[in-house]
Amino acid sequence: MPEKHLAEWRPDAWADVTDVVCPATFAKALAALEDLEKGQILEIRLNDGEAARNVPLSIKDEGHLVLKLSDNGDGTCTLLVRKLDD
Amino acid sequence: MAFSNEQLTRYSRHIILKEFGIKGQKKLSRGRVLIIGAGGLGSPAALYLAAAGVGCIGIVDADDVDLSNLQRQIIHGTDDIGRPKADSARAGMLAVNPETEVRAIRAFVHAGNIMDLIRDYDFIIDGTDNFPAKFLINDACVLAGKAFSHAGILRFNGQLTTYVPGLGACYRCIFKEPPPPEAVPTCRQAGVVGALAGVVGSLQAMEAVKYLAGIGELLSGALLTYDALTTTFRKIRLPRRADCAVCGALPSITAPVDYAQAACDLTL
Repeated sequence: MPEKHLAEWRPDAWADVTDVVCPATFAKALAALEDLEKGQILEIRLNDGEAARNVPLSIKDEGHLVLKLSDNGDGTCTLLVRKLDD
Repeated sequence: MAFSNEQLTRYSRHIILKEFGIKGQKKLSRGRVLIIGAGGLGSPAALYLAAAGVGCIGIVDADDVDLSNLQRQIIHGTDDIGRPKADSARAGMLAVNPETEVRAIRAFVHAGNIMDLIRDYDFIIDGTDNFPAKFLINDACVLAGKAFSHAGILRFNGQLTTYVPGLGACYRCIFKEPPPPEAVPTCRQAGVVGALAGVVGSLQAMEAVKYLAGIGELLSGALLTYDALTTTFRKIRLPRRADCAVCGALPSITAPVDYAQAACDLTL
């Protein structure tokens, strides 16, 4: 995870959803968001492909703010999300 | 309580529903449902509730599995013939979801045990096949302030309603008292289509899920009827009766009562 990505938004919590497949990826992201306060930021590590395509859209649809999706170059992506809805 | 990866995967189709979410699933996992009757109605209800991740399910039945049950009582298998239905149903639920706590209770419900049986549960499912048991369960749930799902099936027809304390009619508001025993066709005298039990028992499971998760509108204050032959559902609004003998303003029934039962050894 390059430092410059973290410099802009400091995550309050971190979740790795690379060990489950869709739609459990989104379910696991929701579980992590559930533990945050409104306005806090969650950093999510997810696999390229289906998860990287679907999870940001689903999180947006859920009413949260997708801040950034960056490619880690190792088959995974890092997604930064601000929790907006309760 | 945090969900494991396995749980998040198992319940992902619930959790990703906006109305449901993590909160709804947690409510289910804390929920406790008592299913009375491991028969045609209780079978699908039990399987769906176990699969859904309901934390604790009690299953009450005094009978043993019989070959003639298997046409509709899908929680039991051919190998279960002769086995107590409560035990067979418990095994069926645990096969679907080993995380569920299942309590098998080998008993008939009666005025002397019903209050104790329902005490520890949030929601009761009436999957019995006879009027005395249905009135008993209604009265006990009203007296104990428990929500429950009533259902009945016969031939090609089914009906159900959900009682929620303080909201809408109870079963006794709709049907004042049991019909005389000789007027009641038991399931031995009248056939029933297996899939009808599946439809209606599944609707009961749906009501329990909504109640526990706190979502949607329950079938309270209404009777849903289903005619399988014509594929017709009707929802009939039913007001509470102010003079209802058990939930009315001046109830004459203040403790569970047993009625004479028509002979029937088959549990729907």
